[in-house]
Amino acid sequence: MDPVEIARWQFGITTVYHFWMVPLTLGLGPLVAYFQTRWVRTGDEKFLRLTKFWGKLYLINFIMGVATGLVQEFQFGMAWSEYSRFVGDVFGAPLAMEGLLAFFFESTFLGVWIFGWNRLPKKVHLASLWIAVAGSVVSAYFIIVANSWMQHPVGVELVDGRPVMTDIWAVLFNNTALTAFPHVIAGSFGVAAAFLIGIAWYQLWQRRKDGVDTVDATGRVVVGENTVIPGRDRADHKVWITALRVGGVVAIVAFGAVAITGDLQGKLMYEQQPMKMAAAEAACHTGTSFSVLSVGNLGSNDCDEVVPIIEIPGVLSFLAHGDFDTPLKGVTELVPEYQAEYGTNLPDDPMYGDRAGAEINYVPLMEVTYWGFRIMIGFGALAAFAAAVALWLTRKGTVPRSKWIMRLAVLGILAPFVANSAGWVFTEMGRQPFVVAPNPTPGGIDGVFMFTAAAVSPGVSWGELLFSLIALTLVYGVLMVVEVRLLVKYTRGGVVSAMPELAHRRDDDGSDGGGVDGRDHDDKRDVLAFAY
Amino acid sequence: MDVLPTIWFVAIALLWTGYLVLEGFDLGVGMHLLFSSKSESERRLMLNTIGPLWDGNQVWLITAGAATFAAFPLWYASLFSSLYLPLVFVLLGLIFRAVSIEYRGKGHTDRWRRWWDRALGLGSLVAAFGVGAALALSTLGLPINANGDREGGAFAWLTWPAVLGGLAVVGFCLVQGAAFLSLKTEGDVRVRMRGFVVKAGPFALLPIVAWVLAVQFQSGVLFSWALVVVAVVAVLISWMSMRAGREGRGFAALSVFLAAGAGAIFAAAYPVVLPSTLDPAWNLTISNASSGDYTLTVMTIVAAIGLPLVLAYQAWSIWVFRKRLSERHIPEAHAIAPAVLPNRLV
Ligand code: HDD
Ligand code: HEM
Ligand code: HEM
Repeated sequence: MDPVEIARWQFGITTVYHFWMVPLTLGLGPLVAYFQTRWVRTGDEKFLRLTKFWGKLYLINFIMGVATGLVQEFQFGMAWSEYSRFVGDVFGAPLAMEGLLAFFFESTFLGVWIFGWNRLPKKVHLASLWIAVAGSVVSAYFIIVANSWMQHPVGVELVDGRPVMTDIWAVLFNNTALTAFPHVIAGSFGVAAAFLIGIAWYQLWQRRKDGVDTVDATGRVVVGENTVIPGRDRADHKVWITALRVGGVVAIVAFGAVAITGDLQGKLMYEQQPMKMAAAEAACHTGTSFSVLSVGNLGSNDCDEVVPIIEIPGVLSFLAHGDFDTPLKGVTELVPEYQAEYGTNLPDDPMYGDRAGAEINYVPLMEVTYWGFRIMIGFGALAAFAAAVALWLTRKGTVPRSKWIMRLAVLGILAPFVANSAGWVFTEMGRQPFVVAPNPTPGGIDGVFMFTAAAVSPGVSWGELLFSLIALTLVYGVLMVVEVRLLVKYTRGGVVSAMPELAHRRDDDGSDGGGVDGRDHDDKRDVLAFAY
Repeated sequence: MDVLPTIWFVAIALLWTGYLVLEGFDLGVGMHLLFSSKSESERRLMLNTIGPLWDGNQVWLITAGAATFAAFPLWYASLFSSLYLPLVFVLLGLIFRAVSIEYRGKGHTDRWRRWWDRALGLGSLVAAFGVGAALALSTLGLPINANGDREGGAFAWLTWPAVLGGLAVVGFCLVQGAAFLSLKTEGDVRVRMRGFVVKAGPFALLPIVAWVLAVQFQSGVLFSWALVVVAVVAVLISWMSMRAGREGRGFAALSVFLAAGAGAIFAAAYPVVLPSTLDPAWNLTISNASSGDYTLTVMTIVAAIGLPLVLAYQAWSIWVFRKRLSERHIPEAHAIAPAVLPNRLV
């Protein structure tokens, strides 16, 4: 058993898993805060319901982000101690800043928000949510700074074989981070938008199925209400149609932003990690064409077996340079350059274990990079297209009765998740065989790079790694099932699942109109507005 | 003297102290919820005393880890990789604890709640034990070689200091959790938990006292002995206050006891951060394990801005939720049914 392989699987599995929760947290948080802001501004009960319902799902998801994030923080030291020793001087700083300047805000103020309903003045309560959301976004920035340094090390100087930080601003404003951050944030909004669309669609469909809403001859919605089902009043319709339309618009804007920032990333990647760019295209030979489809045995990493089927001339060159005729170096040309620069064999050093002296393969797994890149863009585009269709289909105020379209809308929630995971897998595996990729750009620092094979903890046995890999994967698998089932349960319950007071209101005063005022304490029994 | 590394040694000692004082009570509440609650409404009451606070408390651990990475990367790398297995259990414990706090109330069968109670109680117990073992080993030594890697296999850490440290933190959490519950609740739970501190407290705190003394006899200095005295005085005050029914003072004094005790440990250990039991020449110290001066300067500025802010708003959040809770404050649990016509419910 090879510890490096096990440690890589573990890191890959746990981070990709963490990044299923993260984009939903990052995207949904600001939307909940937006709904609550509208409610505080207008007093419109629709927005209170939106806040409570989406806030509930946000919290169910948030906690899993917290639980899995902890593992990430510890893993560097546990499984990658040589890596931690090598990069500690520069890499630890953004992590510590993330804790001090982001996580504390995030978790403290979220606690205040959850328990602060009816206890704090409305504006203070709203502000606490915005602070928590800002904490999430700032944390994303710091961690991307850390990751970007591995893609493109800057702001350091090599002293005794270790990088020593000389310029924190260069690290914090690494151009790799400046483009990756908006890309990730936009991708996260894409996730949240598809989530809104899918769930709101389901609810509107349920209303039609139960005959609560009907359509008139022109196809326009006729909103009704059902007094038997808790919460199925007229306002309920407004809640879902608003969520759906907000989701649609956000999805389309997010995709635009993702495409623009992704294009910028591509141009940087060409300078900073030319091999990754070539591998993303399975571009064996120097040229300008973008491959729409290549076949052959990509996995063999042998260029003789890769056959481009459909190519668009010039597009690759456009991706990397912004013009149509500058050729890009292919894999076959790049390998000798890397060998000349960084060696043909790993050093004969015990830190490389069984791999000492082995030949270095500079080509990342092409089937992963090639398909990862296409899945990312493809599923993102799919989600944006679906959002446009959703907006069009609901232009008359409700959804079609078709069960199949409803199912597609719900399934569509997954598309941007897939795109996000594919993007990370591509970025991270495209960086191989390096864990810290060398920085070849002008002003780059010679010698600051590290092979993944040298990064694992020498003292940790494969048995320990395998144990944790299995334990974490099993636990994560179980928790995934629990989380999804809870999300489904609360989704099917509709707004009342997050606002039980809606179900009682009719019994109490015989009417269902009137706003639920946040200051409307139920002081008679002095109950908490929220309690576990 | 290495000024910047010393500052960071103190900062990390503070982060760990903050962690133990704050998370001490919510890990303790987690254990009491499993082991000393009598009814469902008591369990919900206990859970809600830590509801708004526990996540913020946990960040002290994350930040202690990350700050160690930034300021003493070699310490971080050696300690965390040597303690691979116990830390896996700490992580699993913290994962289960976090998830059960949030998910426990979201199901409505007894079985669901019982499982999450177990996850919460055992998760808290395992996490407390593991953190204690890790800290004790960092002060009393691990078999690390010249490169800082553990020798002797996956269980080389399983020594008496590990067990002592684990018991010390578990014991402290139980007492701190009981003191917190008696401070934050009314009625039965308050009386019972106060009784726990008075009767069981002296025994539960023995392991932590033993650990403090072990480090003192290994490398105590005048200053660290002075802190031991402070700790002893504080714990006596705490016990007497609890017996007199002054829970606020009792809780505060108990926190002072922990802070002084932890301070005594760190002060005695200084300047060694991780002793090697194989050869003292391989000890990790604040000078051979730390980051460069530039990094430490940057981090000092960040901490000087960040830490006071954190203390201020965490204090504010504790103040916002300062009211004592009783079972009558907890709203009834409500079942969640799909929003469809009743005849389609099944
Ligand atoms: C682009 C965003 C992003 C990325 C790439 C990562 N995370 Fe994350 N992380 C977040 C964005 C985020 C977040 C949105 O801020 C979370 C999700 C839920 C939450 O509580 O905060 C979070 C939670 C979270 C927590 C728990 C915080 C708490 O208790 O409040 C830790 C310790 C980490 N993360 C650490 C990491 C590490 C070490 C990563 C790298 C391997 C990582 N995260 C990748
Ligand atoms: C959440 C988003 C991220 C995802 C989905 C992700 C994904 C991955 C994957 C799939 C691997 C395995 C690659 C391989 O073994 O070939 C990996 C490796 C790694 N990543 Fe990331 N990553 C993310 C963020 C980060 C960040 C923010 C950091 C640093 C702060 C980081 C540091 C590493 C390290 C140290 C490795 C192990 C070495 C290696 O195998 O390359 N990753 N990541
Ligand atoms: C036209 C569309 C897109 C283009 C041109 C594009 C481009 C890129 C490029 C070049 C990278 C690699 C950066 C590097 O390794 O240096 C990347 C990474 C990534 N992409 Fe995209 N992308 C697109 C759409 C999407 C979509 C729709 C999503 C998700 C909703 C997404 C999520 C990600 C993620 C999470 C990463 C890894 C993190 C990072 O390095 O930023 N991308 N993208």
